[in-house]
Amino acid sequence: MERSVIVAGFGGQGVMFLGQVLSLAAMFEGKHVTWLPSYGPEMRGGTANCTVVISDDEVASPVVDKPMDIIVMNIPSLLKFEKIVKEGGYIFMNTSVIDKETQRKDVEVVKVEANKIAEEIGSSKIANMVMLGVYVAKTKVVKPESVFEAIRKKSKKEFIDMNIEAVKKGLEFLRS
Amino acid sequence: MSEKLMVKGTEAIGESAIRAGCRHYFGYPITPQSELTEYMARRLPKIGGVFLQAESEVAVVNMLYGVSCVGKRVMTSTSSPGFSLMQEGISYMACAELPAVFVNVMRGGPGLGDIQPAQGDYFQATKGGGHGDYRMIVLAPSTLQEAVDLTYISFDIAEKYRNPVLILADGMIGQMMEPVEFPEFVDVEKLKEPDWILNGADGRDPRRITSFDIDPHNLEKIILHLMEKYRKAEENEKRWEDFMVDDAEYLFVAYGTMARILKTVVKLARKEGIKVGLIRPITLWPFPYERIEEMAERVGFILAVEMSTGQMVEDVRLAVKGKTEVLFYGRPGGVIPSPFEVLEVLKKYVKKVRV
Repeated sequence: MERSVIVAGFGGQGVMFLGQVLSLAAMFEGKHVTWLPSYGPEMRGGTANCTVVISDDEVASPVVDKPMDIIVMNIPSLLKFEKIVKEGGYIFMNTSVIDKETQRKDVEVVKVEANKIAEEIGSSKIANMVMLGVYVAKTKVVKPESVFEAIRKKSKKEFIDMNIEAVKKGLEFLRS
Repeated sequence: MSEKLMVKGTEAIGESAIRAGCRHYFGYPITPQSELTEYMARRLPKIGGVFLQAESEVAVVNMLYGVSCVGKRVMTSTSSPGFSLMQEGISYMACAELPAVFVNVMRGGPGLGDIQPAQGDYFQATKGGGHGDYRMIVLAPSTLQEAVDLTYISFDIAEKYRNPVLILADGMIGQMMEPVEFPEFVDVEKLKEPDWILNGADGRDPRRITSFDIDPHNLEKIILHLMEKYRKAEENEKRWEDFMVDDAEYLFVAYGTMARILKTVVKLARKEGIKVGLIRPITLWPFPYERIEEMAERVGFILAVEMSTGQMVEDVRLAVKGKTEVLFYGRPGGVIPSPFEVLEVLKKYVKKVRV
């Protein structure tokens, strides 16, 4: 099994953090994983993305032409990455920010009002963790417990509970 | 071996150097490796080490010269333009036979270039970026675990040959994260003190470390001595990885990040019935000429792929000696060739051969 995802959004939306938590969760499960960030002269409000490849075997290329999944947090990210999603793949879309439809008809689209759900818990800043919860529920690429463990390891102490709460809301999202 | 940790490439190299017994780091920040400098700044003071941010890379290399003279494990890291500035000092260190570890996390060049991953410094690294008859032993990791492992042994290699060693990485290795296991800490107290260092001649004959001899016959002797060491390195230090070469009808040659991407291409191509393999030089100097020559005798062509306009490919041609066709594909300037992009190039050449 090998699965790749590109996580993209504005700087400040926590897309890098989302990718890191996912990667760490995969590592806890003994999987091979690479986390590859875009980097450059970006500023807050600019676009950011990272590519995560999770595999049972050694990851060859951390660079991915056709990811199975994309998690997009804003319109520029949708426009940039919707074209390259693998046929039959998934687009996870934060519809609190994205008021557009994708042009792709051959992929499954998962729409999440991530900011709204996050605000209900206390802050739109954890919309990224809501998306992660939805992503994990849908793809089952890692177990929720591994994600919680990764959050405990990566988060600042004061945000651990909130982040876990947000992931839980994401996990429940598809059931509602 | 300890537990697995998820780290950035720059941190992986820094921590591995510390575990290898490096307690002296001098540097000047430059993207995409500034996190390595930062890591050493954070870590070294806590373990009784020395971190110093110098005023320039020229100063850095000369600080390495000084520390190496007293026999301590010392390292710096930089990226392409910064590495250019160090070349004079590296040449001096090679002539004075001073071990040290350099890390060049390559970015797009020439000039100020950009800050994206590239492999345009191959010539500079392997053919002598500074002046004079000298070599640098060049290790090129392609994963973070390998970056850890090669950094760890690089100090031993540098000391064994009394010569600067270079870890040649690129921005992708520097910036990405991957789980790694770190080796045990070397006990710095137990490191054997070399018998050539300058530590005060009280009670012994004076020693001399210099890169200068005004008499050409004497200088020739010094250089021939260096060459003798380099011949030994060529005998002992060549490293490479074979990837799916046993039944290969075509062969890729690539190093570092590019080689890693090609492993995916090899798998994709094999799904389409193209039996391609990969040889990945791990030491770029000494280059595994013989291994590539052996393979040249049994493949339809060799395709060298680089994140440059073609530098390592010249060594591939030297290795092949005309025994098969050597083709090249590359993207310079910080553009990373993607797996499907290279697959198309491969298929184009395979089609030509099969027609």
